[in-house]
Amino acid sequence: MVNDRSRDIGPFVPGPDDDMLICRCEEITKGEIRKAVHDGMWTMTEIRRYLRTGMGLCQGQTCSRLVKGIVARELGVSPSELEPATSRVPMRPIEMRIFANEAKDGEMNV
Amino acid sequence: MKRFDLIIVGAGPSGLSAAIEAAQRGLEVVVFDENEKPGGQLFKQIHKFFGSKEHRARIRGYVIGEQLLEEADKAGVKVVLNATVIGLYQDKEVVVKIGEEIQHYKGNSIVIATGAAENMVTFPGWTLPGVIGAGAAQTMMNLHGVLPGKKVLMLGSGNVGLVVSFQLLQCGCEVVALVDAAPRVGGYGVHAAKVARTGVPFYLSHTIVKAEGDDHVTGVTIAEVDDNFAFIPGTEKHFDVDTICLAVGLSPMSQLLKMAGCKMEDNPKRGGQVPICDEYGRTSLPGILVAGDVSGIEEASSAMIEGRMAGIVAAEYLGYIDKGTLDKELDKLSKALLDLRQGMFAPSNRGKAITETEEGIAISESLLRKGYVDDSEIERFPGVTHQSGVHPVIECTQNIPCNPCQDACPKKCISIGDNITSLPIVLPDSECINCGMCVASCSGQAIFLVNEDLGDGTATVTLPYEFLPLPEAGTNGVALGRDGKVVCDATVVGVKSMKAFDKTNLLTMRVPKEYAMTARFFKAK
Repeated sequence: MVNDRSRDIGPFVPGPDDDMLICRCEEITKGEIRKAVHDGMWTMTEIRRYLRTGMGLCQGQTCSRLVKGIVARELGVSPSELEPATSRVPMRPIEMRIFANEAKDGEMNV
Repeated sequence: MKRFDLIIVGAGPSGLSAAIEAAQRGLEVVVFDENEKPGGQLFKQIHKFFGSKEHRARIRGYVIGEQLLEEADKAGVKVVLNATVIGLYQDKEVVVKIGEEIQHYKGNSIVIATGAAENMVTFPGWTLPGVIGAGAAQTMMNLHGVLPGKKVLMLGSGNVGLVVSFQLLQCGCEVVALVDAAPRVGGYGVHAAKVARTGVPFYLSHTIVKAEGDDHVTGVTIAEVDDNFAFIPGTEKHFDVDTICLAVGLSPMSQLLKMAGCKMEDNPKRGGQVPICDEYGRTSLPGILVAGDVSGIEEASSAMIEGRMAGIVAAEYLGYIDKGTLDKELDKLSKALLDLRQGMFAPSNRGKAITETEEGIAISESLLRKGYVDDSEIERFPGVTHQSGVHPVIECTQNIPCNPCQDACPKKCISIGDNITSLPIVLPDSECINCGMCVASCSGQAIFLVNEDLGDGTATVTLPYEFLPLPEAGTNGVALGRDGKVVCDATVVGVKSMKAFDKTNLLTMRVPKEYAMTARFFKAK
């Protein structure tokens, strides 16, 4: 049911708390997330790519659960039915110069 | 690429426990942790733990942390700090940021013990500086010695909310209210009671309407909610605060497992996205194990046992012990884990409204609604008895897995029996010598020593006291009831501090004898 895109979820109805920040790292509001669902973004991965929610400094540690709840409510499904966004490297924010700085074999300090 | 027998991610209670068990069986073990200090949440836990001896009950969390580090060191475990694992690839390749470079290691087995992160709730103003997680408050207070604020409102009445509220009080903060949208206190009644008797009001079936302030929190409005968690108009209450603490649950930090390709599930009972695993932590990928909160939110005592299981399973997986030994050891640990998962707060009872104790006694409604057992309810519990002379009054009213009090009494006055969740009873004809060991041993601070009639119209009440400065003998003040309201004048007879009490001081106050069974806290004038 979650991925049945022919399903009618009704029009976007503005809410009184639409201007509330949800993803504080990327400054994405509740209204933007709700609108994105009506723009056709029905999975957490699509939402993330469309809005950059959870792609800031905390990497979704704070907001991913909140975003999931908002998207689920907009779709009329339970949050547990939504697949979480893909987990990939790097799991934590990291500077590119460090990310690219591979230790040479034999130089490991552990 | 350097290869280890076992790579553990996370040096908290479960990760360290896994490391110790594995290393003691001959495995070469390394533990990576992204923090600059090991121990996970243990070093923030300044309260005494529950359980029995084998669960390290009665010992404060940070001391357990020190014990684990020492054991890990002795067993030859390498703990690498400031080491952030950023990926877990095929064939158990671990990519870790150490210092300014990226290093790769292979594990013959892996234990993921990354723990959990705090949940947040949203309300207008929730992003204002001053709205913080309860865990953050604990980090500030107990690791860095920084006061999170002066006037605090706590949202969440689970054990985290209750324990952190008490610690805020210990730091000298004013906790203006403890608020929860649920209709009942979620955590242990004894934790609630020790907060309530200092005068903190509980607002169940209430939640935050908004945080106020322009560039930081200056106030908060709460309101009552109905059965559908909708605000009831006209029930708003305002508090001037500079800090709002959120203790609204935890989510497993299971991203590494998802990346590695473990089968996952969204299980609200376990706190969110968790790996599908067996009771010993084996995930769907051979040799990748999990332990602690990452596989389902519980608490540190069970995390330590899960960690030990994972360490032993890894040892068998790599052939360091045989299957027979494994089964025997797992059997023993399963029993210890089962003990912790019993009673009213057992994971299987989550969400259920329990109305009676195992003994068939009605649970205190007041405790669940207001955080304290009402004076009219207290007498029905078996630990509350009357005797002439000094005797223990045990205000332990819920079945929780905890039994240090029965071993603490040198005269064997207190009995819980073999069932660890039974309510403690004071044995008839027992001879209390007023040593105070029971008072100090009770992790829930629920035991009082009472002499109901000194013969001169007064009574003495000895209570656990973990606040500074300690009042001196002769200090006049007031006695507060279980509800935190003033019941009468009181004078401090003395404060006993002994090494064996482990920082729980025993304050004895003298009150008019008609208040012997209601005066439960002392406040200097």
